[in-house]
Amino acid sequence: MTNFGFTILKERHIDYDGNDKSIAEYICEREPSFRTCIECGCCSATCTTGNFTRFSLREMNILLKRGENDIVREQISKCMLCGKCTLVCPRGVNTRNVILLAREAFQKQLKNAV
Amino acid sequence: MLQEGKKRIWSDYQKEIADDHFFYVRSCIRQSFFPGSEQFFLHFMKNVLGKDVYENPSHTTCTGIGYHGDVVPLATIMTVVARHFALMKESGYKNIAISCVTSFGIYTEIIETWKHLPAELDKTREYLCKATGREFDVPENMAHTSDIIYKYRNEIADKAKYKLINLQTGEPLNVVEQIGCHYSKMFPKYGVGGAEFPNVLGGMITSWGGKVVDYPERRHCCGFGFRQYLVQANRGYSLSNTVKKFASMKPFKPDFVLTNCPGCNMFMDKWQYTMKTMEGTVYGDNGESIPVLTYEELAGLVLGYNPWDLGLQYHMVQSEPLLKKMGIEYDPGDKYKTKDGRQMPIPQNLINA
Repeated sequence: MTNFGFTILKERHIDYDGNDKSIAEYICEREPSFRTCIECGCCSATCTTGNFTRFSLREMNILLKRGENDIVREQISKCMLCGKCTLVCPRGVNTRNVILLAREAFQKQLKNAV
Repeated sequence: MLQEGKKRIWSDYQKEIADDHFFYVRSCIRQSFFPGSEQFFLHFMKNVLGKDVYENPSHTTCTGIGYHGDVVPLATIMTVVARHFALMKESGYKNIAISCVTSFGIYTEIIETWKHLPAELDKTREYLCKATGREFDVPENMAHTSDIIYKYRNEIADKAKYKLINLQTGEPLNVVEQIGCHYSKMFPKYGVGGAEFPNVLGGMITSWGGKVVDYPERRHCCGFGFRQYLVQANRGYSLSNTVKKFASMKPFKPDFVLTNCPGCNMFMDKWQYTMKTMEGTVYGDNGESIPVLTYEELAGLVLGYNPWDLGLQYHMVQSEPLLKKMGIEYDPGDKYKTKDGRQMPIPQNLINA
């Protein structure tokens, strides 16, 4: 085969059609304000957990909407539910409820209930 | 929403495009890789519409690729652009028509910089004066050449010999429109339809009888992206962008891609060869790749010009399947002949040939 000196990087692709968006849909159904998130990052800027770990609520929101759930599943338990993100959100997203619903959805997914 | 309200909001997304007397600036990529496009534009404007279009032989590259590749400093590119404006002033023109979307983005960025930071404008005037002894004025009207073809799209539709209709099925052709990122994503007010509803190519397609394909990655970058392309080892990033776009448009069975940016045209065309060679994938219908045309080439086809005079044979993906769908007559024997009938070398490994 021709050696081009570079390859197609599959890990750079976001497959919106193939990814599992059931978790994001579960959250949106129960907390519609999640739809209004503009991923500005105010939540991450104020997050105490984010100061000490790689947890970022902004990243979680983006990944959930993309249907890339593996990192979210791994990180979401780090949140301490202090609610500072909810106070600063310029779009009025009930971020604490988003996290609770995400955890709930992942638990239900384990039991094939989502 | 009331119709009046819709019209008022849409009017905010329009731009003023000059009627006549253009100072024309060419594109480095377009005049090298698909020279028929610029040639057609000049012919159409001067001989068909009877407009005054002037190009100055002293015009140079805008250095945009070097600027976005981090090798040309901002002060340098501002002075280069100022020199172009000086040539325009010396020639007595106030409306600039720009062939390249990268250059168009550079001009808009620099003019906006001068508006917000007048000290930079004074510095540029000083640099240009010291280097060349020239003086310049900022253009009164700035249009990309696709804006100008968009403005005259209905005149082209009136003169059309062929429509964007599949003669076998009678259905409109499915067309993917790919608008260069630097056309209106950076400064929306300079583009027709702004960044949200760019209609510069969609308007042409619908006027000429085709149907615009709305697919998930429609507004995604073609993959050119300057820095990720310039270093060979990084080209995987560029190619991956393109793969993502083509995978997203494939289910909609596009008949061809229409672009207004030299980078989009070159990469969406040539990466199809790379994807086919690397993975064996093709993204068109019937196991064929998707032809990628410029808006001038399409306008020329619609008006009934010879496809080989428009330079369609210089693309990697050959457009014969599209020509057959539209019912355009062409002579395969003339494909690689010069105007005086001499045979040119025939390229190997072309796609759809």
